Amino acid sequence: MPTNKTISIGDTFLAGLWRENPVFRLLLGMCPTLAVTTAVKPALTMGISVLFVLLCSNIVVSLMRNLLKPHLRILMFTLTIATFVTIADLFLKAFLPEMSATLGPYIPLIIVNCVIICRAEACASKNGLFISIIDAIGMGLGFTIVLCILAAVRELLATGAVFEIPVMWKSFVPWAAMRMPVGAFITLGLMLGLVNLISRKKA
Amino acid sequence: MDTFHILLMAFVSIVIVNNLVFTKFLGICPYLGVSGRIDMAFGMGMAVTFVVTLAGTLTWLINNLVLVPFGLEVTKYICFILVIAGAVQLVEMYLRKVFPSLYESFGIFLPLITTNCAILGLCLFIDLWQIDSFIEAIVLSFGAGIGFTLAICIMAGIRENLKLADVPQYLKGAPITLITAGLLTLAFMGFAGMIK
Repeated sequence: MPTNKTISIGDTFLAGLWRENPVFRLLLGMCPTLAVTTAVKPALTMGISVLFVLLCSNIVVSLMRNLLKPHLRILMFTLTIATFVTIADLFLKAFLPEMSATLGPYIPLIIVNCVIICRAEACASKNGLFISIIDAIGMGLGFTIVLCILAAVRELLATGAVFEIPVMWKSFVPWAAMRMPVGAFITLGLMLGLVNLISRKKA
Repeated sequence: MDTFHILLMAFVSIVIVNNLVFTKFLGICPYLGVSGRIDMAFGMGMAVTFVVTLAGTLTWLINNLVLVPFGLEVTKYICFILVIAGAVQLVEMYLRKVFPSLYESFGIFLPLITTNCAILGLCLFIDLWQIDSFIEAIVLSFGAGIGFTLAICIMAGIRENLKLADVPQYLKGAPITLITAGLLTLAFMGFAGMIK
């Protein structure tokens, strides 16, 4: 049944983008979402790092899903993730040293990012290689997009620029609070409210 | 007296000024998930305090006595997460054997502590701030746990009252909790700059 298969692949991919979006719907991976979204650049770097780690760990977990013992499962997931996070961290240190300094400990903290463990547990340990890869890409992109939207709003209000390109009028007074923790919490709270509003209107 | 002064400053700084939840965004998941009732929040806070003290102390020892002298810093993250997972497992086994009632009341929270970013975050920050003294590392780890307990208990207290408030329909649940957390960080920002 070729059509059925295409639908389920498309479904898996789209689930991560909206219906089961890790940040908006599942409330996972909150720490990096709040911490690195002061500007679009670090948010994009963070999103891509998470996408890379998620993809690699999903592939490995999916390949070894039949060998896993139930009580050692979580430990194996964490060790797999830690290995790929070390790779991503060393890569950033070597090629993007400034970005690595800005993100600081939040790159190693990807290890305990609930999005990745949740996908390993809920998808990769039950499904084949192909579905796991599609799921990882969908979830990773969904995570990256949310990070970028949140960062764009905060950067715009905090500095009057997006991606360091000024877009606001000259007399715009920057809201310094948006760069601080307060801005992160309140913007995300209002965005979640907006998502609730949109999805209930649709239903 | 001087050492005591430094340690006291370190403790106050990690509990109030550099509170992990309010300034570093660590431990947000349990902070949003478990802060519904004040007794559960306090239990979670105590469990985290215990594990973070143990993990912070152990990772400092491993990092300074094994990894740095032998040049194995590359494996730092893997070692840290193994130590944390091991510490959580140990606490779980000990509690089940010695305090079964306490173990029952913790329930699912205990294994979840492994993936609490506050714990790994603190171990990484101790490494990043280059804390040389062993005693200071212990004090910082313990203080981080107390800071987390403080934050989650304040939040639980507010959320118990929030149940009676008339919140706009679309902001019910997670959104209003996040906005409340934002206002709390604003309050805690008042302490910024008190200690460097």
